[in-house]
Amino acid sequence: MPVLELKGITKAFPGVLANDHISLTLEDGEILALLGENGAGKTTLMNILYGLYKPDEGEILVRGKNADIHEPNDAIRCGIGMVHQHFMLIPVMTVTENVMLGIEPVKNGLFLDREKVARRIREISEQYGLEVDPNAYVKDLPVGTQQRVEIIKVLYRQADILILDEPTAVLTPQEVEGLFKILHTLVQKGKSIIFITHKLKEVMAIANRITVLRGGRSVGTVLPAEMNPEKLASLMVGRQVSLVVEKAEAKPQGMTLEVKDLFVRDDHGNLVVNNITFEVHAGEVLGIAGVQGNGQTELVYSLTGLLPSLSGTIHVAGKPIQNTSPRHILEQGVAHVPEDRQKHGLVLTFPIHDNMVLCTYYLAPFARGVVLQEQEILATSEKLAKQYDVRTPSVFVNAGTLSGGNQQKIIIAREFSRPIKLLIASQPTRGLDVGSIEYIHNRIIEKRDEGTAVLLISSELDEILALSDRIAVMYKGQFVDIVPAASVTKEYLGLLMAGIKPENAPAAPSGQRTIEVDL
Amino acid sequence: MKTKTSFTRSRLIPGIVIIVTGLLIFLLFAINTQPQVTSRFGMNISASSEAIQIPDLVVPAQTGIYVLALVTVFFGAWQMARGIRSTGALIGIVAFSFVASFLIWATQGKSFNMVGMLSSSLVRATPIALAALCGVISERAAVVNIGIEGTMLLSAQAAVISATVSHNLYVGLVVAILTGGLVAAFHAFMVIRFKVNQIVSGVAINIFATGATSFISSRYLEKHTDLFNNSGTFPIISIPLLSKIPILGPVLFENSLVVYLTMLLVVVLQVVLFYTPWGLRTRAVGEHPKAADTLGIDVFFVRYVNVIIGGMIAGLGGAYFTIGSVGRFDEVMTAGKGFIGLAAMIFGKWNPVGAFTSSLIFGFTDSLQVKMQILGTPIPSEFLLMAPYIVTMIVLTGIVGRAMPPAADGEPYEKQ
Repeated sequence: MPVLELKGITKAFPGVLANDHISLTLEDGEILALLGENGAGKTTLMNILYGLYKPDEGEILVRGKNADIHEPNDAIRCGIGMVHQHFMLIPVMTVTENVMLGIEPVKNGLFLDREKVARRIREISEQYGLEVDPNAYVKDLPVGTQQRVEIIKVLYRQADILILDEPTAVLTPQEVEGLFKILHTLVQKGKSIIFITHKLKEVMAIANRITVLRGGRSVGTVLPAEMNPEKLASLMVGRQVSLVVEKAEAKPQGMTLEVKDLFVRDDHGNLVVNNITFEVHAGEVLGIAGVQGNGQTELVYSLTGLLPSLSGTIHVAGKPIQNTSPRHILEQGVAHVPEDRQKHGLVLTFPIHDNMVLCTYYLAPFARGVVLQEQEILATSEKLAKQYDVRTPSVFVNAGTLSGGNQQKIIIAREFSRPIKLLIASQPTRGLDVGSIEYIHNRIIEKRDEGTAVLLISSELDEILALSDRIAVMYKGQFVDIVPAASVTKEYLGLLMAGIKPENAPAAPSGQRTIEVDL
Repeated sequence: MKTKTSFTRSRLIPGIVIIVTGLLIFLLFAINTQPQVTSRFGMNISASSEAIQIPDLVVPAQTGIYVLALVTVFFGAWQMARGIRSTGALIGIVAFSFVASFLIWATQGKSFNMVGMLSSSLVRATPIALAALCGVISERAAVVNIGIEGTMLLSAQAAVISATVSHNLYVGLVVAILTGGLVAAFHAFMVIRFKVNQIVSGVAINIFATGATSFISSRYLEKHTDLFNNSGTFPIISIPLLSKIPILGPVLFENSLVVYLTMLLVVVLQVVLFYTPWGLRTRAVGEHPKAADTLGIDVFFVRYVNVIIGGMIAGLGGAYFTIGSVGRFDEVMTAGKGFIGLAAMIFGKWNPVGAFTSSLIFGFTDSLQVKMQILGTPIPSEFLLMAPYIVTMIVLTGIVGRAMPPAADGEPYEKQ
């Protein structure tokens, strides 16, 4: 008998059918991968299972019995536990407090029994190999450890069905290995796991069975042994996709971006960029790899004028730009595809045509004196929308109503249509569908071949490997190393991302090679 | 290298500030003090007090100020050379020596009842502390209640009317607490159920309260004072034995019911907030409501309960104004104490004990400026009255001891 069965789950949001009669089964002691693109309905389905959303139709069976799940408490009672993609931890509280929250044991009938919970956490740690200090504050823990706290939270509630929503998104390759080891231990001790992801390789590595979702529907359940990444990808996307970014050898020319001895503090006064020096040449892509939160964001902010630097110099094509205004910087020919496109990339409540000219609205031909030239703006926007494949009914639609991929294409259109010398692209494909990723990757390579210097920041190692000519790895505000992309292995980068620089870099086969991209 | 220089600078600036304070003490007070004159500080609240009488403290004015100035400069130098770890200690040193030398200077050749002032500081801090506690308990659950002022005003009036009509002060107290709870429940309903902007709802309560109480006051209370607006006040209760302790006795243990309740509430709320399941849930809801929700905690329920309990505390604060101190209602008699309470809450870093301590500072300066008027110091008392607010603003800028509000403070929670 399966431990968990979903039958005909349907959930509609205004305008979208997020889940369309999805059914799946989870057998005892197995790892079931739920594979699908962003927006395929994976997270919606799991939130229904966990009682965060109400399904419009369908039923949930736990161990053969009909389970009425209306709120998380019901799910917890049924033995279902969820590790959310965005951790549900309270940073200012300790591990113990986070774990006990909601089912607090008391002593003397009134007071929190922290010791008891801490003891239990130590037991769970030991049993499943989840090392963590119960008295540490969550905000002081690295992301990988925070994830362990989330798993402990679930185990403390004696869940035997674990749902992990995109658990590897924030981890280094080594941490992913560690997580997989933990998952295997859990399964051996009798737990059953649903593993949500959009990464093909992970699925192949860990799943016993794979259920693929596309556009809110289940398109089949397969065994990894019968599949290969290409087949899985086409099942997931619904058409043949190219897993390889095709690009010619880079032809780097003169120096475009030169950063020397840069120090930056974040809003909380922490030194997050700590003495960084590098340069990017025209016609090459420098990729900055690293786990999120190691100073990449602040480095980009200081390069684009969003955050002042403490000291150091930044030159674009020979001109100093450190601590000048964003407008001054973009007028030097710097394009910025920001990490948070909804916050820094677009004015969501503005129509597409206004967003298309955010960098140039004050210049001819879009402005004459203080008056905006509507006709000119509209004509240009319509041309750009067509050229950059922005799928929208018209340019009068508010940017906020478009999908992530189309929003990103507006930004790409705006930034790439200006004469630029340097492109700073930060997480350019985060959360996008495979089609848009392909498109944006090709555009970036196109810009490189036109002689633009490209600085690519991404936490997706595969994206870095696919696009970069040289790779810098950032850890705790510093570059651990800068290596040529053609002669580096993923394992070596993984070590660098964890802040370890091996004495002898493992030699990789030189020459032509193709890089697979996890979609 | 980088971190080291900034570390030195972080030691240097407070050091300089302390030394400058020391010099200011010298320039402002020492130079203007007559030699051979003494300052007399009364250490007994009055002859009728139950406390054991102790001799007054007599300080040779000029010598005393010189010593304080020197001590301050010494600590400044110490800070620059070695560094004093705790920011609290730094502020304490500066504040103590400055205030002490100011008092010696102002009292030179006169006598000043020290214990009397401390006692009135606590009394004056009481409504501020209650407002601050109301703020702490609601904002810890992420609901901003700026309507505390209005809540207290309504409760104050409700208290005096019901106490006068029923001839029973305890009835007045209960009615005040219920009124506070009711007003807060309205606020909670608006901001939790309908997601009305929390500031707007709070301001609306304040405006309504001012209008409504003023109307009732001028229409009924002023005309039929004996019928509605003459309740009498809670008597001073001396706690046996404890009130005999010199200095502490008269300040802490010769007070009225409302003051005792306030001190009790501070302790109870501190324990509840940090050592009980309810407190843990409250803080979780204030920091990360979604996380609390995924663990099966009813975010809305926690917020309702906290805001309403907060309102009841503010209701108690309202009762202080009428049946707790003067026995009648005057228009707009809360005089901004509710807002000062919010400042005390921030100054106290959203902790009950911290909020109470900062309320005491506000109460102290308040009572100090009254005493200064009596002593006839050349400094306009309004300047003294400003001091705590200037301190508050400095605190709010984050230069000294940055205060972090609960992460979700003021944000409505959307459940999908």
